[in-house]
Formats: sequence, structure tokens, C-alpha cells
Amino acid sequence: MAKRIVIDPITRIEGHLRIEVNLDGTKITDALSSGTIFRGIEKIVVNRDPRDVWAFVQRICGVCTHIHALTSLRAVEDALSIKIPKNANLIRNIMTAALHLHDHIVHFYHLHGFDWIDVVSALKADPAQTSALAASISNWPLSSPGYFKDVQQKIKTFVESGQLGIFANAYWGHPAYKLPPEANLMGVAHYLQALEWQKEIVKIHTIFGGKNPHPNYAVGGMACAINLNDNDVINMERLNLVKSKIDEARTFVDQVLMPDILAIAGFYKNELWGGGVSNYLAYGGLPATDINDPDHFLFPRGVILNRDLSKVYDVDLKDPNQIQEFVSHSWYKYDDKTIGLHPWNGETNPSYDGPKPPYANLDENKSYSWIKAPRWKGQAMEVGPLARFVIGYAKGNQEMKGLVDEALRKLDLPISALFSTLGRTLARALESKYCVDHLAGFYNELIANIKAGDSVTFNSEKWEPQTWPKEAQGIGFSEAPRGALGHWVRIKDGKVSNYQAVVPTTWNASPRDLKGQKGAYEASLLDTPMAIENQPLEILRTIHSFDPCLACSTHILNKNGQEMLRVRSR
Amino acid sequence: MSLEEKESYYQWALKKGISRRNFLKFCTAMGAMLGLEASALPKIVNAMETKPRIPVIYLNLQECTCCSESFIRSGHPLVADLILNMISLDYMEVLQAAAGDQAEAAKQKTMKDFFGKYLLVVEGSVATGDGGVYCTIGGKTTQSVLEEAAEGALAVVAYGSCAVNACVQGSAPNPTNAVPVKEIITNKPVINVPGCPPIAEVITGTIVYYLTFGTLPELTNQGRPKAFYQHRIHDNCNRRAFFDAGQFVESFDDEGAKQGWCLYKMGCKGPTTYNACAITQWNDGLSYPIKSGHPCLGCSEDHFFDKGPFYTHLADVPNHVIGKNPDQIGLIGLGVAGAAAGAHALATAAGKAGKTSTHNSPKDKSGN
Repeated sequence: MAKRIVIDPITRIEGHLRIEVNLDGTKITDALSSGTIFRGIEKIVVNRDPRDVWAFVQRICGVCTHIHALTSLRAVEDALSIKIPKNANLIRNIMTAALHLHDHIVHFYHLHGFDWIDVVSALKADPAQTSALAASISNWPLSSPGYFKDVQQKIKTFVESGQLGIFANAYWGHPAYKLPPEANLMGVAHYLQALEWQKEIVKIHTIFGGKNPHPNYAVGGMACAINLNDNDVINMERLNLVKSKIDEARTFVDQVLMPDILAIAGFYKNELWGGGVSNYLAYGGLPATDINDPDHFLFPRGVILNRDLSKVYDVDLKDPNQIQEFVSHSWYKYDDKTIGLHPWNGETNPSYDGPKPPYANLDENKSYSWIKAPRWKGQAMEVGPLARFVIGYAKGNQEMKGLVDEALRKLDLPISALFSTLGRTLARALESKYCVDHLAGFYNELIANIKAGDSVTFNSEKWEPQTWPKEAQGIGFSEAPRGALGHWVRIKDGKVSNYQAVVPTTWNASPRDLKGQKGAYEASLLDTPMAIENQPLEILRTIHSFDPCLACSTHILNKNGQEMLRVRSR
Repeated sequence: MSLEEKESYYQWALKKGISRRNFLKFCTAMGAMLGLEASALPKIVNAMETKPRIPVIYLNLQECTCCSESFIRSGHPLVADLILNMISLDYMEVLQAAAGDQAEAAKQKTMKDFFGKYLLVVEGSVATGDGGVYCTIGGKTTQSVLEEAAEGALAVVAYGSCAVNACVQGSAPNPTNAVPVKEIITNKPVINVPGCPPIAEVITGTIVYYLTFGTLPELTNQGRPKAFYQHRIHDNCNRRAFFDAGQFVESFDDEGAKQGWCLYKMGCKGPTTYNACAITQWNDGLSYPIKSGHPCLGCSEDHFFDKGPFYTHLADVPNHVIGKNPDQIGLIGLGVAGAAAGAHALATAAGKAGKTSTHNSPKDKSGN
């Protein structure tokens, strides 16, 4: 008889996620994923000035800060047919790539790291051997025996104090930890270094957007003016700072992140569970030229079904039969709960019929989440770095293919190993490398464009509401760090009349649909083993491999009974 | 185990092998950050030598986690120093290793062992609509989680605009009936540290202030630490001279924008916003919205999302004594910039001299 295990809160994520599993011995026989936060931001933006909306929806998430703002700008710019200047596209790409780097590296070390690295084991490490290990995989200078001895002493003093802080009551010594003490010590040291590094990369956002988290933007481009002959705008000093942060990031990725992921993956390479739904979706992003030119997206667009890399399906965000949201197991009501609705025609009326808090269990046979169930042509999908990389691989993106092939060769693993918890984590690291290389490319392009005499960052033609049509609708999309992100906006009489967002974690953390198809988190837990029933380490490892972002996923709300929007072809 | 039996920060530092010299350097930096006179330094040193690591419970309620993200960006002190050496961060969902029941048990232990002696930091608003179903943690409502944790807290720090005024989810029509911490916790001190998010060094500075002096920082009449929220952004803005000279950006990327002119006409809320952005600045003092060309959104002021549209300029600028409408100034500035600049430079001097007396003028609706 299976036993019900509840993990709530799932920590080291953004937002509030609850997982319940049925455990039979060490085997998980069923799983339920529930988003337990709801804020209703789409309803709040109705009747607002469309030029303001980026700031509201940016607050959907403070971890992937920037990407919701960007996607909103694109939706409004699409609706109003605003073409942004080349510099603005480059600056937005620079900010996007910087976000991916920050997000992925904070995720790997600070949110995901303790799933692989045993802090207490690090106390048993030999600092000299740790130094030898570090030197064998990287040229990173902070790797002397003395350095590792200091880190070890710091942790030892901390642990001996009895005030264990963030390390308290965790799963140290669990049999699912596979690293030797020296690798654990190196991991702890790099946890601390990454904590210092992450506050540096975001300075790229601060230069162009004034602050981070939540930098500032403008519909039509960027608010930051470029003038090489003024001392209080984007000038050589500001650009040099951006360049220095890009260089630091490249060093950190090349000398710390990439060696670490390959070293750690080497110890876990036989544990290839957690594959999940096996369908992958990407809208595409990082436009090399323009958001309306998908052939030149650095993150390619497409769908792969059932791990079949021989066929990539096309995605159309405007086709009412492709992307649909279902609510058969969500706390919302539809007029007809048996059908799915395209976001243009979305209805979201909260209708909580779960247990009254405080509650002990949810029931997977009823509604159990604030997250809807989005489906592509009726199928559950996984989104995120792994989806982007398998789609890029299948579409013949040579850079992505090269990164994957080289990593798999070093780990002596087949391509099928990607479809796992470990593969998801590996793909996120490979994407960090991909982003840091392109970050430098975008910067060079920006400099070249300024050198060619173009310092324009903003298109003011459609700034004034009197230049807008009486009614308009647009779609914004991007590849957020956690996957495909879409915003659908409708504007009437100068105000937002409808707003919908379908975000990465809505796809990944989705509950069941009417056909009983599980979402990506739920499906991925089905072959994840659990050695000790009150220590959910393996569950955390698999769930964290998706990098959950719950505030993003569970904010959707709009007015009831709105007429269906006409889909405008572009 | 009581707090008094724990070691002081200085004992910690000694054990860690930090020299007295470095310890004093740290104390000096801390004093400078808090804006203290040099004569206060011995007090800081004494405090850091004798105070133990205080337990901190950090709750993430109904929010977007931007405040936690800002927290980990702190440059002085570094967040690693804060959580390893200065406080004992016993519960923070974003960073802690344990999850579920094990995380909850760690929180319960701190609440019991250090009853009356731990700091409670709260990020996020409280979802009170429909019985609290819009945000639950461990199956419990945010209100019950907050009330339970606040009971034994010596003080509550409401960190970020969600906790201070319910921020974006509290904007009209407030679908989840999100309310700020101060509406739930009324029987003990609540320190309001607003901003979306607040500057990293403002939150760490607020905590370190308590660690250092053993008292809560002096607060404004809105319950905010004076150390960070005493002045308007406008008072210290690097573009203030252009305001006084009547030189305004009229459109992003125009000639004025390319010369860093004042963003008042683009909707800047600096004149009614009390925050440290223009002084401390963001991400190690690198910039702030105005310096990067975008008007201030006023994110540390109550209900700032409902005070829009963002790009429509304020009807009036409180506390300025020029006596002219900036729209008129702009016209003058375009015509006879030199003369206007001279006239308004005088007005600035007068304004600064009269700042104390005009600071709380009834005209200032926002207050501080």
C-alpha cells in the first residue's frame, strides 16, 4: 500500500509549490504538483495605460526580472506596430542574456546546489586534495590548499556553533549524495564565490535600466540615451563597465561553472531518471535582427514530440488550435470545463473548491492547483533550457549541437541521457555558455553600430495615444530562463482591455488535464526513486532541475465573458 | 539555549581568524554606511564584540521574490558575511537547504528556543480574500503563518512594498484582498522598509543597525528607518540642477535626454518619493532609474501603481519654493536658458536653506 508524502513548502524556488507523492517502498507511484499562490495581475492591468503595463507585469516575477517586462513591451509594440531601433534590440538582448546567466548560475549553486553537494561531507575533505582536484579541471585562481582550508574552517566554525541557519535540519549524509568530500568542499567554495559573482553580472541591468531587480524600460525602445560626449548618460565609462562584467562572466562560466557541472555530472551520470513528459516546446527568442524575423532567433522555435529528434514541428502562437489552457483540475471555472481555450479567448475566474486551510492533503481527482493546464495540440509539454537545446540540436544549430556533443563525449553518455533530471541541469549550464558567448557578440554589435553613427535607442513615433488605432491586439513572446513565455494584449481606446500571460512554469508545473495527462513535474517524479521517506532529497533534485518559478505561473485572471479576439496575421 | 550564552560577533571573528584590525575596519565601514559620526565608532565596536548572532526568520508570503533577490545583492555587508557570521538565518524558503516538514521544524525550533528574541523579516503581502485561499504555505494561510511567527518575534521588519502596502497585487481592484503586514501585526513594532524592491544595502543596513546598537532604528512618521527614507529622491537627484534650470527631457532619447536633463516632464515621481536611490544608489552605488534615463516610478510610496499613468507628470512639486510652475520654467528655459538658470540657482539655495522648515509642509501629501 502506497504511502502519501507531502512536501510543502518546496524550498529553494521562487514562490509557493506543494508536491504530494504516493510512495510504495522506494518507488513513487503517483505525483501531484500544486501552485498555492495567486495574485491576479492580469485583472489589475485592465484599463491601464499600455505604456505602463511592463512595470506591472514585471512584478509577476522578481527572479526572472526583465523577461516579463520585455515580453510585455513586445506585446504592446506588436499591437501598435512599433518598430524598435537596432540599438534597443541589442540592449534588450544584452539584458536578456545577462538575465539568463544570472538566473542559471544562481539556480545551479544556490537553489539546486544542495541537491548535489553535501555541505557536511565537505568538512571531511583534504584541502590539498581539493586543490589538486580543482587544478585538474580548471585554471580558476581561487583554488590553493590554503583557500580551501579557509573555506572549510569557515563552515566548520559555523556548524560547530550549533546555529545552523540555512543548513539546519537538511539531508546531509543522505545516500543519494554521491560526491567525495573534496568535490563537496569545492562545491561549497563555489557556492560562496557564485554568491559574490551574481551581484556583479546584474550591473549590466543597472547601467541600462537603473536598478536590479526590476530595471526600467520604455515602449518603443529603451529610456537610456547614448551620448559618447556626455557624462550622465550611456557613455564610454558605462559601456566599459558592461564590457568588464561580460568578461568576468565569461571567465566565471568557463573556469567555474562548466568544469563544476561536468565534474558533478560525472558522479551522477548513472542516475538518469526524471525524464517526464518527453515533449518539448520553445517559442524562440534572442532575435539577432528583429522579433518578427524568427529565422534569425538565437533560441530556435519548435516542438519535439516523444523525444523524436528527427522531426521538429512548427509553433504558431496565434493558431487557436495549438496553445490551449484547460482547467479541469485547477481552481477556476469555465462555462465548459471539458474544453481548452486559446489565450486570446481565455477565461479565468477563480473558483476555489479545495480544502479549507489548514489542510493536510489535496486530491488529484478534484481541482488541486492555482495553475492551469496549458497544452500544445492537446499534449503536455516541457519548456526551458533542455527544450531549447533539444530543439536547437534537432534543427541543426551547430553551436548548440557542438556544446551538447562535447559535454556528452566528456561524460561518455549517449544523447538519450539528456532526457533526465541530470540532462535538464546540464542543458542549463550549456545554455549559460551559449549566452555568455552571445552576450559578447551583442556588445560588439552595439559598439559597431554606435561607431557607425547610430546612437538611437527609442522610437517616439507612436508614443502619444492619439497615434494609436481605436482597437489593437498584439502578442509578445520570449524565451525566459525557465522556458517559453507569451503575453497576449488587447488595447481599446488607449487602454488595456485584456491581458493574458502563459508562462514557463505554467507549462512545467501544470496539473492533470481532462484526459488525465500529467504535467512535466508530475510526470518526471514517476521514475524518481526515494531512498528515505522523510527525506525528500531526490524529489527536490528532480523538481529543482526545472527551476520552478511559482509566482510566474499562478497569476492569471481576466474578466469573464469577453468576446473572442480576432487573430491578426502579421 | 538562550541568546546570552551565544558568542558575540567579535568572538566569532576571532575564531574565524579575523584580525582586530580587520574587525575594526568592518565596524568603521558599517558606521559610514549608517551615516554615523566617527565618535559613534566605539559604540559599534562594543556592540559587535558583545552581541551574539541573532536568529532571523524570513517569510516569503504573497510576492514576486524581488526582495529576496535584492537581499542577496548586498555589497556591504556581503550577504554571505551576513548569513554566516552576523545573523542566524534559521528560516528563509529561498535559500534554506531543508524543505517541507524539515523546514517547518527548523522554524518551529527557533520560534520556541528564542521566543521573544528573534527578528522576523517579512517579504510579501497577506492574502486575506476568501478565507486566505489565494496563498498557502504548508497548507496554512499566509495570515496564520505570519501571526504564528510574529508572536515570539522581538520586532517585525516589513521588507519591500508588498509587505508595506501590498504593492502590485494590492492595486485596484485588489482581487485577492492583499493587505500589508502592519494591518495584521498591531501589537509590536513593525519597521517598514518599502521599495519594489528596496535597495539591498537598505535591508541589510536595517538589520545590522539593530545588531549593532541593540535598538531599532529611528523611524519616520510612516514607520520607515530615517537612515534611508528621510529625504526625497528629488532632494539629492544628480539631475536636480537641470530641474532648477528649467531644462527638461520632453521625449526619451531627445536632445535633452542625451544630455542628462531632468525627467520631471516624463512623469518622474522623485519629487514625492522618499528613498535612498539618489544617495546610496543601486547595485554597489552604480546607478538608479533617473541616472539611467527613466523617470522614478515612486516605488517606495504607498499604492504607487495606482498613482499613474507613470508618464504623466506630477501636478505640482511639493516643497519647492521657486514659486513657478515647471511647465512655465521649461518655456523660459528654452528661450533664455542662461537667465533662467541663474534665477533658479538662487531659488535652489533658498530652497535648501529653508528645507527643514518646509519639509513637513501640509502641501506634501506623501509625507515621509
